Amino acid sequence: MSESASTWSPVVEKDFAFTDEMRARADAAVKRYPPERKQSAVLWLLWLAQEQNGGWLSTAAIHHVAGFLGMAPIRVHEVARFYTMFRLKSKGAYCVQVCRTTSCWIRGADKITRACLDAAGTTELGEVSADGAVSVEEVECLGACCDAPMLQINDKEYRERLTPERAAEIVRELRQHAKDGK
Amino acid sequence: MTTTVKLTVNGGEVEVPQGSTVLQACEAAGVEIPRFCYHERLSIAGLCRMCLVEMERAPKPIASCAMPAGDGMVIRTDTAAVKAAREGVMEIQLINHPLDCPICDQGGECDLQDQSLGYGRGYSRFTDEKRAVAEQYMGPLIQTFMNRCIHCTRCVRFAAEIAGVEDLGVIGRGENARITTLGRPLDSELSGCLVDVCPVGALTSAPYSFAARPWELSHTESIDVTDGVASNIRIDSRAREVLRVLPRVHEDINEEWIHDKARHSIDGLRLQRLDRPYLRGANGRLEEVSWNDALRTLAEKLTAAAPSRVGAIAGDLADCESLYALRALLRGRGVTNLDCRQEGGARLPLVAQVFNAGIAGIEDADAVLLVGTNPRDEGALVNARLRKRFLRGDFRIASLGAEADLTYAVEHLGDSPQTLESLADGSHSFAEVLRGAERAMVMVGASVLARTDGAALMHLLCRLCETTGVAGKGQDWNGFCVLQKSASRVGGLMLDFLPGDGGMNSVEMLAASERGEMDLIWLLGADEIPMEKLGETFVVYQGHHGEAGAARADLVLPSAAWPEKDGIYVNTEGRVQLARRAIFPPGEAREDWKIARALSDKTGETLPFNSLRELRARMFADVPALSELDSPLREKWRPFGEAGTAGDLPLGHSVSDFYRTDVISRLSRTMRECSEARRRARAGVETATEAAAA
Ligand code: SF4
Ligand code: FES
Ligand code: FES
Repeated sequence: MSESASTWSPVVEKDFAFTDEMRARADAAVKRYPPERKQSAVLWLLWLAQEQNGGWLSTAAIHHVAGFLGMAPIRVHEVARFYTMFRLKSKGAYCVQVCRTTSCWIRGADKITRACLDAAGTTELGEVSADGAVSVEEVECLGACCDAPMLQINDKEYRERLTPERAAEIVRELRQHAKDGK
Repeated sequence: MTTTVKLTVNGGEVEVPQGSTVLQACEAAGVEIPRFCYHERLSIAGLCRMCLVEMERAPKPIASCAMPAGDGMVIRTDTAAVKAAREGVMEIQLINHPLDCPICDQGGECDLQDQSLGYGRGYSRFTDEKRAVAEQYMGPLIQTFMNRCIHCTRCVRFAAEIAGVEDLGVIGRGENARITTLGRPLDSELSGCLVDVCPVGALTSAPYSFAARPWELSHTESIDVTDGVASNIRIDSRAREVLRVLPRVHEDINEEWIHDKARHSIDGLRLQRLDRPYLRGANGRLEEVSWNDALRTLAEKLTAAAPSRVGAIAGDLADCESLYALRALLRGRGVTNLDCRQEGGARLPLVAQVFNAGIAGIEDADAVLLVGTNPRDEGALVNARLRKRFLRGDFRIASLGAEADLTYAVEHLGDSPQTLESLADGSHSFAEVLRGAERAMVMVGASVLARTDGAALMHLLCRLCETTGVAGKGQDWNGFCVLQKSASRVGGLMLDFLPGDGGMNSVEMLAASERGEMDLIWLLGADEIPMEKLGETFVVYQGHHGEAGAARADLVLPSAAWPEKDGIYVNTEGRVQLARRAIFPPGEAREDWKIARALSDKTGETLPFNSLRELRARMFADVPALSELDSPLREKWRPFGEAGTAGDLPLGHSVSDFYRTDVISRLSRTMRECSEARRRARAGVETATEAAAA
């Protein structure tokens, strides 16, 4: 998490290696498959790497996973760049994912996205706000259609039955949280 | 026993082996199926949908390339639905395609162009903006135009499956999908084949960029002489220039691939050519002379010298006719110092110097021991075959010699020649593997034959083969295989371009030269010997490029390079093949056999042939095996080598830089770039584009 709003700068790529805890989780994932098929664990390992790396995958992280599974780096890049759940650029401390699939879209997902972007002070999807606190993305159905439109924060928390005003407020709150160092 | 299935294609019945696809069944029935992603030597991707056909009882058209043919299937390819499907697929393929055929090198030989004409609608309803894709750096041989890519992934599959380098991939999805190397040049000696497999103009040949249109070119079927494998090629030329080289299919040699040196060393043909005779003058410089004077001077020197003080060394590019003519001339004068092996070596029977099992035989082998060879550099297509066998599984392969990345997993047995002793006496564990294999192979590099302890090592190898059943008397399978690296070698051996009774081999000739005991040494395109050892001897260099040999020579006789003459070459399997003339030699350069013939007039012992035809007739009479085109030698097994002790020098490889092995490739700028790119990539130096891509 960023230390303070004023000193924020884009994350410089560092060497990557699983921590002991992550390595134990990765080993457990690999064990679920026959030894000659251990590459099947690639999605799960990328997910762990993304978690450890602060919500996005650096080239170093991708290569670490490749080495872990004995795969050619390009094969892991292919996977990482195919699935939208993997982020390849550093993101804000809070990543706001707005659902844009049918139910949410009919219920005004476009306006939710717009409101979030405006509140973050950004123009592009995936762009990090100047204080490093928030980045806004669009994703496909997150399975909460009954409460559309909705968004998700940092791959975990849902906020549902949104209006543009409520969405903007959420983003403003997140920026405040980041500033307070929470 | 292979079982077959019967199905109906457009009303006609066809029978194909089980495991065939519907597409193959249609082909067997003589029905053409358009395709982009399907390639018979690559895995099936089923991506482009161009191969759609109708199958009875199927609700939708099926992708014939990915559908296994089944008994009783009823397939139609001539219905309105199939026509509509093809038109639809074609229209979608072209949505993001730039349609820039007039400025595309693939124009005139493009699958997309042809199939669009044959199966497309002829107009487009697409009015939106097209996507734009950045070019990729794939090494010095490939120019990309990624806007044209149709995402068939043939290139990705080729790199991963055939070339064995996982450097290419598809990233992104949908409209944003693109082919990438992530900026790393492809570290493969087969990279030029990407241009052949790409069905569109996305990957084009960089050295041939905008050089010609296909319909302007004359095609000559020939063979590659840059290694001992002799891949089959087609030379495309216009006027006096060879513009490109493409592979020709030969299932037993190169299948449909060729390596980058065969394809792209041709720019070396134009550089530093010897186009007239030169004689070293009183001032020590080479000066132009007429053919007449050159030959007269040589005739005088030759007649004045004692035959025991005259010698000839042939280089790696010599064709059989040149060797035959020069040998006839010199042996006629009593000269016995002849050698077609620049590096010398022990005298061995032919069976000990050829690839007995045949290159395609690799596919039958279940265990292989490599000795002192890096097949990737010494015979790239042999290596591709080894990889193909490796991918099928149930295969053990070990290497004794310097370690190298061969694109497949190899058990490394170290590089000590002494290990051969434990292999030969059966105490080494891999000897056990060879013995247990049904068809085992021992592949020996040219470096082993050239060693001073070569005879002793060959003796050990012979014992190894006999004790483990790799080869032996009265056995059908002969798994003893020598991977010769030069195109001229086996031909030279068959023609006995070797030291006669009491004659010296090349190493001995050079030593004698150094001691001042030689009067004349004739180099037939030999540039790879240590020239400083020639001492004060009068040196004749007959060849086509001004490099080491010509620089040292006292008399230069300019001759035709391989695409400029008809010639017979014998590959490492002992397979006799024809190289054909595509263009004419420059200036006053002449075909090699004519030079020997013209000289024989001057020395007064006129050689008994006046044309290539007459020469060949005599040559075939002397060595009948040379007249049998395209059939590999099947030499009888006999023991070889001499008992002795193996030296301490580690077993190495005979090629240090794949891209630069003969005069032409050493002078080629393209090959220099490739060699440099490989060196940098292997040293881990990032290219600018790679840094940008990261
Ligand atoms: S570059 Fe050529 S071979 Fe590779 S995916 Fe694109 S069209 Fe196919
Ligand atoms: S459509 Fe948005 S959650 Fe399902
Ligand atoms: S050729 Fe069948 S899908 Fe491409």
